[in-house]
Amino acid sequence: MVLPQHRHHFETEEQQREAGSFGMWLFLLTEIMFFGGMFFAYLLYRNWYYPAFAAASNQLNVPMGAANTAILITSGFCMALGVWAAEVRRRKLLTVLLVLTTVFGCAFLGVKYFEYKEKYELHHIPGNNFSVAMFVNPQDYPQYPDTYAEKPLAPDMAQKTQIFFFLYFAMTGMHALHMIIGIVLLFWLTHRAWRGDFSSGYVAPIENFGLYWHFVDIVWLFLFPLLYLINRHPLH
Amino acid sequence: MSAAISHTIVNLPDQSTARLPKRNYLNNEDGLLSWLLTGDHKRIAILYLISITFFFFIGGAFAGLIRLELLTPQSDLVAADTYNKFFTMHGIIMIFLFLVPSVPATLGNFLIPIMLGAKDLAFPKINLLSWYLYLIGGTLTLAALVLGGVDTGWTFTTPLSTHYLNTHVITAATAIFIAGFSSIFTGLNFIVTIHRMRCPGMTWFRMPLFVWSHYAASLLMVLGTPVLAIAIVLVALERTLGIGVFDPTKGGDPLLFQHLFWFYSHPAVYIMILPGMGVISEVISTFSRKRVFGYTAVAFSSVAIALFGFFVWEHHMFIMGVSNYSALVFSLLTMLVAVPSAIKIFNWSFTLQKGSITFETPMLYAFGFMGLFTIGGLTGVFLGSLGMDIHLTETYFIVAHFHFVMVGGMLMAFLAGVHFWWPKMTGRMYPESLSKLAAVVTFIGFNLTFLPQFILGYLGMPRRYASYPAEFQVLNVLSTAGATVLGVGYMLPLLYLGWSLKYGAIAGNNPWQATGLEWQIQSPPITENFAETPIMDHEAYDYEWLANKTEHEVTTVV
Repeated sequence: MVLPQHRHHFETEEQQREAGSFGMWLFLLTEIMFFGGMFFAYLLYRNWYYPAFAAASNQLNVPMGAANTAILITSGFCMALGVWAAEVRRRKLLTVLLVLTTVFGCAFLGVKYFEYKEKYELHHIPGNNFSVAMFVNPQDYPQYPDTYAEKPLAPDMAQKTQIFFFLYFAMTGMHALHMIIGIVLLFWLTHRAWRGDFSSGYVAPIENFGLYWHFVDIVWLFLFPLLYLINRHPLH
Repeated sequence: MSAAISHTIVNLPDQSTARLPKRNYLNNEDGLLSWLLTGDHKRIAILYLISITFFFFIGGAFAGLIRLELLTPQSDLVAADTYNKFFTMHGIIMIFLFLVPSVPATLGNFLIPIMLGAKDLAFPKINLLSWYLYLIGGTLTLAALVLGGVDTGWTFTTPLSTHYLNTHVITAATAIFIAGFSSIFTGLNFIVTIHRMRCPGMTWFRMPLFVWSHYAASLLMVLGTPVLAIAIVLVALERTLGIGVFDPTKGGDPLLFQHLFWFYSHPAVYIMILPGMGVISEVISTFSRKRVFGYTAVAFSSVAIALFGFFVWEHHMFIMGVSNYSALVFSLLTMLVAVPSAIKIFNWSFTLQKGSITFETPMLYAFGFMGLFTIGGLTGVFLGSLGMDIHLTETYFIVAHFHFVMVGGMLMAFLAGVHFWWPKMTGRMYPESLSKLAAVVTFIGFNLTFLPQFILGYLGMPRRYASYPAEFQVLNVLSTAGATVLGVGYMLPLLYLGWSLKYGAIAGNNPWQATGLEWQIQSPPITENFAETPIMDHEAYDYEWLANKTEHEVTTVV
């Protein structure tokens, strides 16, 4: 394996590494602004339609969300160890850790699939299929104890749950899209790691991908409390 | 020659013996593929220059059609809905495909690495990718046009864009989404390059002001454009899935769209104007043979404009039912933007004072910029004041205001820059007297087109209508006549610059005797820009250093 040299337009390898890392941080900044638009919408509508947001939030599956949080943090932990493994030039360990990162990432998406499926069955996907029945007549859904049966929403407020669910799908969907892109990149990185590309001190791609993967984690660490947790309390 | 009355500083090599350098970035590799797959920032700049010129003339054709329709009070040339599509296309093409990438992607791309003493931008592949994204965005825009057009206006106002129109909103929105990423990548590349690729001795306060203003514009590109991206995604989702995030009948808020859209689109006007201001700093310094007055103030005023630019967006929404108290704050902040803008204008004026001024073409355009931008900027203060805004907004006053800034300011700056660095990019001079004529024609045509629109707007003629009351006709005819002159003014450079590629005089390394690093290397430069890494040992715009520099070149000429 030839030691990868810095590209011709950099003076030193150090300069190339710094430039790459700085570029990645800037890219993540643009990602924050991108998600920021949706967080702003969430903030606005949560203030306007608090009862709808509380009721709709109670329909999310907290155990699944909590499990996913654990899965994602574990995946991030494996990634962080992976960066370390690359730095100490341990090829096999790096490969194993990248595979583990991928496995946990896929597990997250798998759980997400079942959550989405549940929402589909309840007609909670915004658009033509959407139904507010559960929020107007909660007594018809005894199998969902989270629903606060004594305090159904008024029909016009119940309509606003659609905005909550739209934001839920837009934000978690955009997050899942970032996960999918990350997993595709992980396949490529795992292949390169196995080949030994990162066993000679050249770790920039692993480091930069690590930054991206942790960013995706952190987005979820904001999404989980905002969407699943903070509205539950007043109903119980 | 007596220095006091020097007529020109152009210093060309002996034309009987001068040749273009044997090896340069243009002939380093041959074939179409060597261009389409290039990583060379200079070649990518040329690719961008060709593409944005193409889109400029398409956008310009729509401007011509708009003015032609407005020649008579009735809507007779085209039906009203076709007219809507015309001004929408004009806006989308001119803003997203011309003004935003104009100076940064062409001149900035070409010059920033050279001005910093670097071989290339930090990420050459991302630079090329950004050009391809631009092309995809451009192609989709043309597709939307050919398929039947869009008629939302370039602002995609909801719920008009989500519910009431069946034109190709999604195609156009996708185009802007993709072109937006091209802009993000350009900005990201510039910021990293400016932080990490400066040559030894190139401290932050030795950088040319051109680089400073691009740095400020890049911050806006990187921080603002993603917000536009998400706003567009939400519009597209609302149109396709019928969800109601901006739809009041479903509890959504159309004002939310306005907030997200203008959070980008107001800073976007600074993305457009800041690089132009960078050009003006270089040109004015060179043709008055003086260091830019108050270098540090001009540098920081760029950053200040970028910073303030993020906190004024609501002034686009004063008549849309926002809170009076927030309107007060945003009005005040809007006025504050005038401060750093005025710092620039005053400092350029003081640079001219007691300078050895000569009147080459770039300088004529720069003078045009200073006058027209000042008018455009001050009328912006009218619009930023709450009472006046209610009378003037959505009229031709606002049309005239932003065309004074964008066309009178930015386009003048772009042409100043293209003429100024043309010898560096091509190795040949443009024809001087013809180009001076074009500069004057452009200036006259511009004023004839847009001054009447201030009056029209003040009298109450609304924008975006194909027909108008008959008493407005005289001023509209004046404006259309001006647009014709302006069109000629823009065609001229296209023709003579094309001509000069083959027949222009050989320019030599430093025809203007300017101080920038880019003038110390051969024209056109070699692919690596510098044969060896330069060392910056003097301040920017140091004409004394230039005078002392005799045989000892910063780099050897190949």
